[in-house]
Amino acid sequence: MTNRSTSSPEDGASGGARPGSYYGYGIPYLPIDGYPGKIIAIEGTDGVGRSTQIRLLREWLEIQGYGVIETGWTRSELMQPTINLAKASNTLNKLTFVLLYATDFADRLEKEIIPALKAGFIVLSDRYIYTAMARAGVRGVDRQWIRSLYGFAIAPHLVFYLKLDEKTLIRRVLQSRGMDYWESGMDLKLGDDIYESFRAYQRALLREYASMADEFGFRMLDARRRIDVIQDELRRQIGAFLAESDGVGVGV
Amino acid sequence: MEGIDGSGKTTQLALLAKWLSAAGHPVLVTEWNSSALVKAATKTGKKKNALTPMTFSLLHATDFADRLLYNIIPPLKAGMIVLADRYAYTAFARDATRGVDRNWLRELYSFAVRPDLAVYFRVPIDVSTDRLLARRVKLKFYEAGMDMGWSNSLVDSFRLFQGKVLDEYDRLVDEFGLSVVDAVGSITEQQRIFRKLVTQHLEIEPNDEPLDELA
Repeated sequence: MTNRSTSSPEDGASGGARPGSYYGYGIPYLPIDGYPGKIIAIEGTDGVGRSTQIRLLREWLEIQGYGVIETGWTRSELMQPTINLAKASNTLNKLTFVLLYATDFADRLEKEIIPALKAGFIVLSDRYIYTAMARAGVRGVDRQWIRSLYGFAIAPHLVFYLKLDEKTLIRRVLQSRGMDYWESGMDLKLGDDIYESFRAYQRALLREYASMADEFGFRMLDARRRIDVIQDELRRQIGAFLAESDGVGVGV
Repeated sequence: MEGIDGSGKTTQLALLAKWLSAAGHPVLVTEWNSSALVKAATKTGKKKNALTPMTFSLLHATDFADRLLYNIIPPLKAGMIVLADRYAYTAFARDATRGVDRNWLRELYSFAVRPDLAVYFRVPIDVSTDRLLARRVKLKFYEAGMDMGWSNSLVDSFRLFQGKVLDEYDRLVDEFGLSVVDAVGSITEQQRIFRKLVTQHLEIEPNDEPLDELA
């Protein structure tokens, strides 16, 4: 019934889970063993160019004949209105913040990701549970608890972490959409100066991501390089992975 | 206060609250799944029958976290008595019945405050069904476990689903030391037992302090 053989339920989401299996206790009523699809997660802070890279990857994969679906953070039909409302009304606390995101993820996992894996699609995930863990970590949520919470998540086959330094990150975010309340960590009351709060928050986020790199086997990519250079690197690594797991690959 | 639908726990809670208030105890009542935060999502999800056991479970946990921080912990800090109409045990019983992992649920709710007293109103499924039907209560889709697809009949599904929830509650009695009240007896008799349980667990001071000490 359950799919616990190779995961480590006691620890929840943590390294050691086999790609494509549940990190922890999983969802007992949805056994996923042997599903042919793959999950490739692109992680990183704001401003690293995740969506551009995913668009290019999708194009490349589809040309090769792979079925691709995309999924992204807080995009579930069920939760998006609630999350937007909660953010706007400032009634969230760190626990409800974490739990709303987890609900959103569960909804997408069951309705988009798992069916796609079953049907043999490649799921390109714009952010994954690591973003939730980083944001929760910055807010002082218990690390063990959040890993256990996300024990229902599936370990991706590949996780790429697009890494920026603090200075570049700050400049890119300011250039693109500016600071907003949550991405500035204003709920953390780090200070009245929104720029200082933003900087402290982004720095703490970078630290959180860095602390997860080994645990979850992130493949680090320097996001300061040109888009096409990063894309080439992604394609090289994904291509190698797919060739190995397909045996031959679809071929062109 | 725990128990399946039709166990009479809400009636018992209201009577207990009256008694405590009359005795001068500041009481706050909080109900399962009542926070404004998740109302919209729950409503949308229920209307479209779009909730899975996992998202249903997580929404309830979000509701609980919201009420814990706003409606449960502050009154506790202020020295009040919080009466909770359903608590984490409801999630343990219902969500496990829906196939959610029991260990995962316990870890999920590890942020909850352990109650000073947890009372479980135990009632056989026939009695609760008869009570609900006698009141002409329209059984609700999710309360009847219709989402599980076990039966097309609302009443049959309710009996099947709530019957399994009862089995889960029975596991919880030992695990969490729930105090069991036989909920088949008369309302007054149950309330007498309930008050006795509460008295044991609360330091209810006799209200005979001389007034001049307050001056």
